[in-house]
Amino acid sequence: MLKTDVVVIGAGAVGCAIARELSKYEINVIVVDKNEDVGGDASKSNSAIIHTGYDATPGTLESQLVVAANPMYEKLCKDLDVPFAKIGAILPAITDEQFEKLPEIKEKAFRNHVYDVEFLTGEQLLAMEPNLNPEVKGGLYIPRESIIDPFILVQAYAENAHANGVEFLLNTKVTGIKTENGKIKSVETTNGEIETTYVINSAGLYCDEIAEMVGKAEYKVVARKGQFYILDKNTSCKVEHIVLPIPTKVTKGKLMCPTIHGNMLVGPTAEDQESKVDKSTTAEGLNSIAVDVRNLVPNVNLRDTITQYCGLRPNRNPEGLHFDMYEDLEGYVNLSGVRSTGLTLSAAMGKYVVQQMMYHGLNLKLKENFISKRKGIVKFAECTLEEQAALIQENPLYGNIICRCETITEAEILEAIHRPLGAKSMDAVKRRVRAGMGRCQGGFCGPKVIEILARELQCDPTEINKNNAGSYMVTGTTR
Amino acid sequence: MKKEIICTVCPRGCHIDVVGEGDVISSVEGHGCKRGLEYASAEFAHPVRILTTTVKIAGGANELLPVRSAKPVPKEKLFDCMEVIRSTQVELPVASYDVIISDICGTGIDIVATKTVKN
Amino acid sequence: MYDVKCDVVIIGGGPAGLAAAVAAKEEGAANVLILERDNALGGILQQCIHPGFGLTKFKEELTGPEYYSRFVVKAEELGVNYMLNSMVLQVNPETNEVFCANSEHGLTRVQAGSIVLAMGCRERTRANIVTPGTRPSGLYTAGAAQRLVNRQNIMVGKKVVILGSGDIGMIMARRMTLEGAEVVMVVELMDYLAGLTRNRVQCLDDFGIPLKLAHTITRIEGNERVTGVWVAPVDENKQPDKSQEEFVACDTVLFSVGLMPENELSRKAGVEINPITNGPVVNQYMQTSLPSVFACGNVVHVNDLVDNVSEESARAGKYAAKYAMKTLADAKREVKCVTGRNVRYLCPQTIQVTEEAEKVSLYFRVLWPELGAKLIARCGEEVIAQKKEFRVNPGEMCHVTVDTSKITGDEIVVEVLKEEA
Repeated sequence: MLKTDVVVIGAGAVGCAIARELSKYEINVIVVDKNEDVGGDASKSNSAIIHTGYDATPGTLESQLVVAANPMYEKLCKDLDVPFAKIGAILPAITDEQFEKLPEIKEKAFRNHVYDVEFLTGEQLLAMEPNLNPEVKGGLYIPRESIIDPFILVQAYAENAHANGVEFLLNTKVTGIKTENGKIKSVETTNGEIETTYVINSAGLYCDEIAEMVGKAEYKVVARKGQFYILDKNTSCKVEHIVLPIPTKVTKGKLMCPTIHGNMLVGPTAEDQESKVDKSTTAEGLNSIAVDVRNLVPNVNLRDTITQYCGLRPNRNPEGLHFDMYEDLEGYVNLSGVRSTGLTLSAAMGKYVVQQMMYHGLNLKLKENFISKRKGIVKFAECTLEEQAALIQENPLYGNIICRCETITEAEILEAIHRPLGAKSMDAVKRRVRAGMGRCQGGFCGPKVIEILARELQCDPTEINKNNAGSYMVTGTTR
Repeated sequence: MKKEIICTVCPRGCHIDVVGEGDVISSVEGHGCKRGLEYASAEFAHPVRILTTTVKIAGGANELLPVRSAKPVPKEKLFDCMEVIRSTQVELPVASYDVIISDICGTGIDIVATKTVKN
Repeated sequence: MYDVKCDVVIIGGGPAGLAAAVAAKEEGAANVLILERDNALGGILQQCIHPGFGLTKFKEELTGPEYYSRFVVKAEELGVNYMLNSMVLQVNPETNEVFCANSEHGLTRVQAGSIVLAMGCRERTRANIVTPGTRPSGLYTAGAAQRLVNRQNIMVGKKVVILGSGDIGMIMARRMTLEGAEVVMVVELMDYLAGLTRNRVQCLDDFGIPLKLAHTITRIEGNERVTGVWVAPVDENKQPDKSQEEFVACDTVLFSVGLMPENELSRKAGVEINPITNGPVVNQYMQTSLPSVFACGNVVHVNDLVDNVSEESARAGKYAAKYAMKTLADAKREVKCVTGRNVRYLCPQTIQVTEEAEKVSLYFRVLWPELGAKLIARCGEEVIAQKKEFRVNPGEMCHVTVDTSKITGDEIVVEVLKEEA
């Protein structure tokens, strides 16, 4: 039986951030996840924004963590080599009714300790963002709202945690948790039992099911579907800031913003649903995005879409972000209601959880040889011609371009496969180096990536999956 | 027996009605030209198709040689021909129009390479 | 950096690039270089192993490999140079430099007298047409599946639904059937066939594959591998009738929903792009808005016959060679080609009128099918060329040929009129 001190359930942004924080100390940590790759569910399909918390509910744990997390990203992303840009958000008021709401929103930001929100006139907004609805009456500017590569963030947390000794068990589903005398004893998984003192439930969408295993099912997860469009980098109508709608009582609304790689992101919807697996886009949902976003940016050209996707935010009922430890269940840490702000608050949550565990009696000793930095995969496409020439000279595989849309080389794909916690599936390659993320969506590179994966993992092409087990790409040979 | 045949000689796509039994054709109607008449008659009595597919190159990782039937083969033999082609491997080098399988399925027609592959 | 000099550099070694190279050489350019990203010449025709090519150009029915091989043989005879496995990263029209990545030589800088863009096109995807549903494996563009099946010895699935009745879609229906898959149906949004009738007969009817015209896929199902699609009829506005939605089980969906010229390099270089074709604006020499840059084949506009590609690419090659050798005649004036009734786009979009009269064919696609059509080119009210067609449809390119000496004014309008009964 495997033995450890802490089992973290769920390798999403929050689970991996906690694992990385724990890896600063002399303690053994295993992260388990049912998926084949780190990156979770909600962590990989969201709006990729690092929020400031200006619109959180003041006084809540969510407000506290989001507000605390935002300033951490500049250094964190430098240390872990994560693409990040502080581009700022604008909140334009198009109608008089919306305009009247601005002071209230600004005041709420103040109560969330976000002091740098400013009023701007319609003219100022149009100067910043010429594609904005010319009817704009005025609005707010929230300078620290930022964009990030959410895939790389989670990989970076995980890789850095791994470099500092954390073990990852992927394709491993938790089937039960054993307790003894009010204490955690072990975690049962599809890959065997792990003896442990602590269990941290950061299972996102499935955190209620994990909680139920220890009899702490005080809530139910409600999946809130969010559908998005991604537009081509060449789309005719772009924005340079995160353009947010004025929220209504019902919804925060649909936004438009650049992604860190220069595409446009438009969405999301907010639709509560029973299912935790139904991640299908719908004609109705996608149409509603088109209608709403045109209020903000009238000329947005959704025909330039290169993909649409859907994420499920793990909301809970009763609502709200919760952190729970229990007197009658020593060693169990429960996180629930980690919803759309989860990506942002991950950086603070890692620290918060560790501190809380210390308050509850965990003795931690700092490691002397903690590796604080992680180097990402060199991006050939972002290099100058001279740098590209040098790269090819050093490794000829940089001269073999596999993904034409994003200019991704064979060398990058091989690194994605062979580095620790490397890619084993098409999507895992895509999330590490962007092969297949461009306008042809893998039509050109897909057949080549299947071959490269099969060659490098020394398996048959039929064993290559898109992502999880069962998502096989091909069925056999023709001859 | 009456068959409606869509003419494929030109993009006009005439719908031609052919009446007859086996090789004997009693009437052809609806053709727009003489080539259409010939096509419909042949298509009624003996429909034939060019078969194009691939043959595995022996020893290669997963390399395939594109091949075709040198002439059209009877339509009803397409799948029989595929069976034979599937179990065939070819040694390199191969030149365009080299015969890969001769007289496939007794049709008197050869399967030939459509491309040159050196070593 | 590896430095190469040549008279004409051609980006892409498919049918367009090969024809341009041969013509440039024949015109007298001493050093013609093709940069090809694949490991062999031939482009997409390498995977088009089916017959149907060359009926116009060679008066016989060839397969894709036979068709391009003829050009490769010719190119080799004439001494055309080529670099394989070379992906062009950047075109600099000011200096006429082209940069490409190549494993063997490293980063390569090609200095040329003129540049021919012949990058071809790419396929539209499920996402481009916004088909709702999940994102499982088993969804392929028809061309990607064709590459896997015909070049990589990989079978993509066993039970297939195909969206789009274009020629690639139908040809893949036959190909998958011959390789042992079951093709459940071909679904077509329009109420008419997108490809050639001949392909319907030989690829669908021969194998009893149903064709659902005026239908579309409304949803994709399956979380890991695709398990099926919902198919519904559409009304005249192409909106699906959800009440008639039907579930069709399958493990593979092939999308054959159109092609798009691949102009990322052209755009970056600053070439003017026509928003209708998504290809460079060209004159009859296939010269783009940047004088040293020429373009041909599917990078300019998506052709239905490779024979047309060869013809227009030979023109690009010839005039690119003339440009490099500084023998391209000066234009007296430039004439704009303007679309009239039932004409979606024209290629070329401008005509250079020089001292010498020449015949220029204006290629175009119609917007809707029509029986008994009269194709007209006119300057003002004066008809300078006309031609009758039994039938026109958007899937088949039309053309009229004008004599440049007859052009008056600075505009030619091309239109399709319904012929008087």
